[in-house]
Amino acid sequence: MSEAPAAPRTASADRAREEGIGLLVQPPRPRAGWRVLPARVLAMCAVELQKLRHDRTELYTRAVQPALWLLIFGQTFTRIKAIPTQGIPYVDYLAPGIIAQSAMFIAIFYGIQIIWERDAGILNKLLVTPTPRSALITGKAFAAGVKSLIQAVVVIVIAALLGVALTWNPLKLLGVAAVVVLGSAFFSCLSMTIAGVVLSRDRLMGFGQAITMPLFFGSNALYPVSVMPGWLQAVSKVNPLSYQVDALRGLLLGTPDHLALDFAVLLVAAALGIAAASSLLGRLAR
Amino acid sequence: MTRDADQAVACTRLVYAFGETTAVDGLDLTVAKGEVFGLLGPNGAGKTTAIRCITTLLPVPARMVRVFGRDAAKDAMAVRRLLGYVPQQLSADASLTGRENVALFARVFDVPRKERAERVGQALTAVDLTDAADRLAGTYSGGMVRRLELAQALVSAPRLLILDEPTIGLDPIARTGVWEHINAVRAATGMTVLVTTHYMDEADQYCDRVGLMHHGRIRALGTPAELREGLGERRRAAGAAATDPLPTLEDVFRDIAGSGLDEKSGDFRDVRSTRRTANRVG
Repeated sequence: MSEAPAAPRTASADRAREEGIGLLVQPPRPRAGWRVLPARVLAMCAVELQKLRHDRTELYTRAVQPALWLLIFGQTFTRIKAIPTQGIPYVDYLAPGIIAQSAMFIAIFYGIQIIWERDAGILNKLLVTPTPRSALITGKAFAAGVKSLIQAVVVIVIAALLGVALTWNPLKLLGVAAVVVLGSAFFSCLSMTIAGVVLSRDRLMGFGQAITMPLFFGSNALYPVSVMPGWLQAVSKVNPLSYQVDALRGLLLGTPDHLALDFAVLLVAAALGIAAASSLLGRLAR
Repeated sequence: MTRDADQAVACTRLVYAFGETTAVDGLDLTVAKGEVFGLLGPNGAGKTTAIRCITTLLPVPARMVRVFGRDAAKDAMAVRRLLGYVPQQLSADASLTGRENVALFARVFDVPRKERAERVGQALTAVDLTDAADRLAGTYSGGMVRRLELAQALVSAPRLLILDEPTIGLDPIARTGVWEHINAVRAATGMTVLVTTHYMDEADQYCDRVGLMHHGRIRALGTPAELREGLGERRRAAGAAATDPLPTLEDVFRDIAGSGLDEKSGDFRDVRSTRRTANRVG
């Protein structure tokens, strides 16, 4: 067997410059410390926005379901007056729940995207970059948040057109954006965690279908917690969607809320979700 | 400078097992700085697992894998900064333009904003994709996608370019095109190239040295000419006529790996992935 030959002389940077590719011999200066995470999050969010710019079909098709919920379910139940809504029309009460639902539906299928990225080799390529796994997951979680936020804007516009009395206070709207992003970050991480366990798209589709409806109906999105049976109230207490809806309702409609608790629960849930999904990402790389 | 740092890659008795299946079984391998090294072998030989260990995708114990002297186990982030990686699958994002695909990798390798556009432009120039840079990658031909992936790998100025079956499924003209770009960039930048391939003609033509893997180990190592001549000598010693045609690298491959069907030759996922890639480029 032959020995490895002596290394040939490295081509000079001059030659690369002559060929118009001088920068391709100069490695970029690495970011360090806390600056890595926001840089990776921005990179992932930018990709999501670029994709939406090229193809808005998903944005339009995903607007249909929330529009139907508000238009049919909301308006019908407003007439029936069967659900106690703290004195506001039912369609108003429902709108924040539908914003949260739309955001969750987008985020909950991020696990399928990450399995698709694994099958396409994109995930492995990203894992061979100087990106810690937690930063990659956080980037994807916030990218889901950005996508959900755009969806939330669409639902808010539909709700406004239906006459829902929403706040236009910029600070409160900023709070709404934060709540939508945090909620989506948690649900996308939940999905990516399940992806790291089940490892196949088909199985994840089944899980996705199985958990979205219980999460939705086991929250205060459609009706107040007080009308639920005891066991469902217990489910609602540990369901982050309930805290998301509570915060959205308080910010958008001015109903009594528990904003500090809501934000705390969403922050902790997102952090735990990121930790869980990051720890299982290695299974997807194998 | 240590000898380790003179070597682009050094694997020392590398072992990696998936459950009870040992994919890499005591691999000793060195790749010198600046060379094009071809890792050959049948499906299931352990090439891709070895590549995944070198790229830090799979966790390995300390001191088994070093890249330019950096330990892949202890200093994974530093190792990743030295690498450009093109996986076997067509891994460009079809819903982004060529330029956006490359810009993503510029961002995750910390290319500063003021330099990003120019560096991305140079990477696209290096693979001759400037004119198609603002088209969606989904509209590219198979050869163009491979060149785009090369641009993604080059944008961070890697010292080691790792290519896993870069020409699988491409027609001969596209294959030649991909290799011409690899060689041109290598000549201009002096980077080291580690490539796996099933195409013996490519290995013969483009690799400075090749290692033939079988059952998780290197079974033959040398320049393509050395390996061909070695087999020729063995055949003559066994009674072959001096006038017999010189063996090809494919003959060397068959000599090492055998020509029978091997039930361990690549799992279902490997074969499906290979076929998908071939379908997408074809």
